[in-house]
Amino acid sequence: MSHQLNLTLKVWRQKNAGTPGKFVEYPAQNIPTDCSFLEMLDIVNESLVQQNIEPIAFDHDCREGICGMCSLVINGVAHGPERATTTCQLHMRHFKDGDTIYIEPWRVGAFPLIKDLIVDRNALERIQQAGGFISARAGGAPDANSVPIPKQNADAAMDAAACIGCGACAAACPNSSAMLFVAAKVSHLALLPQGQPERTRRALKMVKTMDSEGFGNCTNYYECEAVCPAEIKSSFISMLNREYVFAAARDSVSMI
Amino acid sequence: MKAIISFYQSSIGKKWIVALTGLVLVGFVTGHMIGNLQIFLGPEALNKYAAFLQGLGELLWVIRGVMLACLGIHIITTVLLWIQNNAATPQKYAVNNPQAATIAAKTMIVSGLIVASFVVFHLLHFTTLSLHPEWKLWEDPEGRHDVFSLVIVGFRDPYTTGFYLLGLFLLCLHLSHGIQSFIQTLGVRTRKIAEPISFASPYIAGLIFLGYASIPMASILHLINPLPH
Repeated sequence: MSHQLNLTLKVWRQKNAGTPGKFVEYPAQNIPTDCSFLEMLDIVNESLVQQNIEPIAFDHDCREGICGMCSLVINGVAHGPERATTTCQLHMRHFKDGDTIYIEPWRVGAFPLIKDLIVDRNALERIQQAGGFISARAGGAPDANSVPIPKQNADAAMDAAACIGCGACAAACPNSSAMLFVAAKVSHLALLPQGQPERTRRALKMVKTMDSEGFGNCTNYYECEAVCPAEIKSSFISMLNREYVFAAARDSVSMI
Repeated sequence: MKAIISFYQSSIGKKWIVALTGLVLVGFVTGHMIGNLQIFLGPEALNKYAAFLQGLGELLWVIRGVMLACLGIHIITTVLLWIQNNAATPQKYAVNNPQAATIAAKTMIVSGLIVASFVVFHLLHFTTLSLHPEWKLWEDPEGRHDVFSLVIVGFRDPYTTGFYLLGLFLLCLHLSHGIQSFIQTLGVRTRKIAEPISFASPYIAGLIFLGYASIPMASILHLINPLPH
């Protein structure tokens, strides 16, 4: 049964990266518990527009939890209080009438702020471009099962491939480390036969790009794992640590 | 050489160095504890063990050198990582609501640096005997250096024991995160063992605490007594 909430929002407003930002308080009134967090912001924005106030800028796209565009640190938790949930899939029934909700952008040095709650996450794209791909011959689809893959590898690769690249891992990390993202991307392809030709280069280049983009170093807080909407496990970070060392060793003895 | 430098420059390379040196240091801490617990076997056992260590000669200095090098590299590398991590997070959140990080994980740099200063005190106290030069002359009936008695007398001072227990507590807090952390960083924390390792790590640290703390506690409670000097 739906009922309505009256909330107080403390929203981070910042014109652009060069201007200092601050929290601004807005009432969010008559919010149906059935609506999502982003729909709640839509309702607030509609009332802001009617009052001639610039609406709150926030990122979103599919609104069904798979595109990785939505973000927001809600009361100190990336993607809000529900586990394994993106902000767009977070429903207002998880809040109580009269709650005050702090809404902040991803605060990561490598994600420069664009406006209000929107940050530039292209650093993740550049890491992906450095090695998160395979070189396959284009053409007709190959026959099914022509490349045998052990079931457990296929399952583990699929678990890693679930990463939607939202950046919550880096946002939640006290060190702003993107290791969970890089771990998911490297592990996903390292577990599959199609990923083998570039395996060494991939681990080295993606980690190098991660470092040069200014992300921090993983110190095993496991905050990333706790907030990841795709439930990527921190054991993939362990796998990346292993992949990287083997890649560095293979690379240093590759001059046969 | 170029490969080693580029390995050290990378984020994961530095973490490996911290994990490997940490592993060596955990090994030392465990061995040192087992050696020290021989105090409960009486003066004969401990003084014989101490004489054996002193009798290693050059090898003892090799072991000491490796331990100090590991400690130095461990500290320098973690401080470098800490500086980089601070630079990576220029703006902090107004509201912090940690979901997984333990107190031990959040205080690694503080606990580590205090333990490092404790190590300096500990070496002056029991290794170089600089704080009590008269202990150098103590001998047991067999003519060996009477380490057994000086340890007990050393711990009868409540301030020393207090500082010792504090250093020990911080060391074990450090290890409660550190033990599972090196397993993760060395790439062996798979999904199957992740939970048991995270669960066991604080208990292993707790055992190390109890093992070490038993010696000052037994000394101060007069459960073990020094030879007359």
